[in-house]
Amino acid sequence: MIRFRNTGWLIVLIALCASVRLCSQTKDDCLTCHSDKTLSTKKGSATISLFVDEKKYATSVHGVIECVGCHSDLKGKDFPHEQRPQRPTCLGCHDKELAKYAGSLHGKAVARGDALAPRCPDCHGSHAIVPVRDSRSNVAPMQIPYLCGRCHREGTPVTRQHQIPQSSIFENYSESIHGEGLLKKGLAVSATCVSCHSSHDILPHTDARSSIARKNIAATCSRCHTMIEQVHRKIIKGALWEKEEHVLPACVDCHQPHKVRKVFYDQGMANQDCLRCHDRPDIRSSKDGHSLAVKFEELTASRHVKVACTQCHTGVSPSKLRPCQTIQQKVDCASCHAVVGDDYNKSIHGKLSARNDQNAPVCKECHGTHKILGKKDPASPIFSLNIPQLCARCHREGKKAAVRYKGEQHEIIEHYTESIHGKGLLKSGLTVTATCTDCHTAHRELPKSDSASSINPANTPATCGRCHHGIEEKFRKSVHSSDVTKTSKPLPVCNDCHSAHTIRRTDDQGFKLSIMNTCGRCHEKISETYFDTYHGKVSQLGYAKTAKCYDCHGSHDVLRVSDPESRLSHANVVATCQQCHPGATRRFAGYLTHATHHDPAKYPLLFWTFWGMTSLLIGTFVLGAVHTLLWLPRALQMRRQRRRHMESKE
Amino acid sequence: MEPAQEQYHGLEFQRFTRFHRVLHIIMIVSFLSLATTGMTLKFAYTTWARLLSHLLGGFESAGYIHRFAAVALIGIFITHVVNLFHRKKKEFGSWKALLTGPNTMLPTKKDLHDFTASMKWFLGKGDRPQYGRYTYWEKFDYFAVFWGMIVIGSTGLMLWFPEFFTRIIPGQWINVATIVHSDEALLAAGFIFTVHFFNTHLRPEKFPMDMVIFTGRMTIEELKEDKPAEYESLVKSGELEKYLVEPYPEIVVRAMRIFGWTAVTIGISIVLLIIYAMVFAYR
Repeated sequence: MIRFRNTGWLIVLIALCASVRLCSQTKDDCLTCHSDKTLSTKKGSATISLFVDEKKYATSVHGVIECVGCHSDLKGKDFPHEQRPQRPTCLGCHDKELAKYAGSLHGKAVARGDALAPRCPDCHGSHAIVPVRDSRSNVAPMQIPYLCGRCHREGTPVTRQHQIPQSSIFENYSESIHGEGLLKKGLAVSATCVSCHSSHDILPHTDARSSIARKNIAATCSRCHTMIEQVHRKIIKGALWEKEEHVLPACVDCHQPHKVRKVFYDQGMANQDCLRCHDRPDIRSSKDGHSLAVKFEELTASRHVKVACTQCHTGVSPSKLRPCQTIQQKVDCASCHAVVGDDYNKSIHGKLSARNDQNAPVCKECHGTHKILGKKDPASPIFSLNIPQLCARCHREGKKAAVRYKGEQHEIIEHYTESIHGKGLLKSGLTVTATCTDCHTAHRELPKSDSASSINPANTPATCGRCHHGIEEKFRKSVHSSDVTKTSKPLPVCNDCHSAHTIRRTDDQGFKLSIMNTCGRCHEKISETYFDTYHGKVSQLGYAKTAKCYDCHGSHDVLRVSDPESRLSHANVVATCQQCHPGATRRFAGYLTHATHHDPAKYPLLFWTFWGMTSLLIGTFVLGAVHTLLWLPRALQMRRQRRRHMESKE
Repeated sequence: MEPAQEQYHGLEFQRFTRFHRVLHIIMIVSFLSLATTGMTLKFAYTTWARLLSHLLGGFESAGYIHRFAAVALIGIFITHVVNLFHRKKKEFGSWKALLTGPNTMLPTKKDLHDFTASMKWFLGKGDRPQYGRYTYWEKFDYFAVFWGMIVIGSTGLMLWFPEFFTRIIPGQWINVATIVHSDEALLAAGFIFTVHFFNTHLRPEKFPMDMVIFTGRMTIEELKEDKPAEYESLVKSGELEKYLVEPYPEIVVRAMRIFGWTAVTIGISIVLLIIYAMVFAYR
């Protein structure tokens, strides 16, 4: 309904405009051009008519307002105006409606830039707006279903591009008791779309403020069906209303939102109705024979204790002998868990599932079906201690996910169990330890190669930093961080040194020794020359007690040696040596920790010492060898003579 | 039996005193220990070095053994030098007498003559030279060890106490000391375990082993044949009888032989490991 809250102000404005010649564009001035039926403009390839029907405008609710009242940006402009006028906002007169609209699904979609989202004129029209009471109005009750149906009808771009949990809304409505009343019997008081969804304040049912939110639905329906409680007391035995409030169904549980029929529901679709059959342990699917038995006590102990069967298993028809026979869709958790569903759809699991891949896990594979427990419940499959085993169902070697996997990580579960995270979780029972989902996320798992993946090298420091924040801060300032070093070569991230699933304690001897080869993967030459020194040789023998890369260079805070902050800068190097050699002096720090005697340009002293010593060695050995070999025949001769001599004596 | 042998009633000539023999035995033990422990570090990149290092109880324990043996060897060196002073005073009276006497360790004209004569003999152009008490190759061995001890010992001390030595010398010299220490040790080990073993212990005419360094004794016949010049000068001066002693019982000689062979085996094994490391595993 349109109301002029600021009528007085408007009159003043109009009077003011009339008195000032400059702002005196009247309707007539505009219509000089815009009454021409052929007046048009081009927007892209489309031709848009700029014709304004003077008669309709004059009889519209806005007939008393000048054109510039809405097209306010043209006020005072010379005409014919060159510029394209801005889209008129209804602001100033319809503020209250606009505020509701801005918070609604439609308003938010406009703000998002959704091209399909409706704006004021899409429902209300532009120059020919008539009062709601007028049957010609677009928003008159009789017109509403057609108005909404323009978009919310099967096959429109809106239904194709948006995930709307209900299907065939317009078709179903027109056959429902409300639709029949309105469209066939012409009862203008019958419920239309806006009666339940509201006109400007349209919100999804998951929003607690929504008129169709579960807890509000009764209030919405009872705006018309005021006596409904009394009616239902006859059917649902009054006792339940007090005793087990949460078991009570909401209106829509029995009366499908758009399919409400004029049926006498002597069998309401409360959970008990479903259980009449599904309580039997031997109930089986006629298609494939899988059990359809439901253990209701599982549901009552679950997080979904307040959720009725039909809220998840949508599409039941209570009027049918088997109400569930009309169910066509599988349970769609995303109709309530929309954000999580969005994440899942983007994940590799979701993408595979969208392709109908048999191996792809859907919600229930991880969360279960009726016995859904919170992640803080130790009995839940998604409780942190249980997650490795949950993922292992598919990702253990030989299982369906591991078989498809073509990357480098193998025996993931076994390695994880032996890693520091695995030991922390499974041996020490620390529930805060990183599990699979802490690194890979719970619903948005993506392969490493995907730039949106939490384990993509660009995102790894942030992922690890969620727990190891202090380390991430240091790392970001280090020479290994892409914030500091700009290079086309790949820079190392957490897992390049710590591995992905075999993360060990850094004070573990094996880690200490392997880290040198790890650094050597990139710093090939410098690590080779390290192994020429005493430090390197002892490390090579398998002892971690001598200085290794990180003892001098630091670990996460590796900086360029030229950086004054570096442990190896002129100011800090002596202190760094003193960590192990308490008596170290500036001269002591002159020891070459990466010395090689193979580089005459860089280390001439070592090069020449080495070759001096080597010449001495070769010279001496050649002399000794020649002397000995020359001697050998004579020595053998002497031996023979001596033997003959001994024999002759005997 | 030669008349000379009968004449001496089965007595043998004592070439080395007990003092010298004990020094040599201690030197064998300490040198083998030094070589074994040192090589594990020098050839750290080989599997055998890692294995041996673990067998020795880790690099730290190998380091203790190395330094303990080094102290022993330095001790021997000092003892030898002190003994020289002692003998100068008691036996020779002056350094000149000690250093230029007939039994000197310093190279002499006769050594040069012996060397050229030896070359001729090797090539079949002459007889075996009349070698004296110490042949030129024995003198070479002696000075090789003498020089080696000074070089390896001094650089070893620098590596042992780098914090002290870098008060005097630049840090880079510790790198130099490492190269010198390790290569000189390679030379010493390589030379002793091949050339010295062959020249003095395993010569075919003495095979299976010349035991004189352990027993200190050799038969007169052997002396006459091996060191004719010394024999003649002893006979001439009539001092030969002074050096005649009873031979050791067979069991003692056998024990000494076992010890000798153990040392030779270890030495040759080290040479083989070095060759393997340098030829097949070098990086």
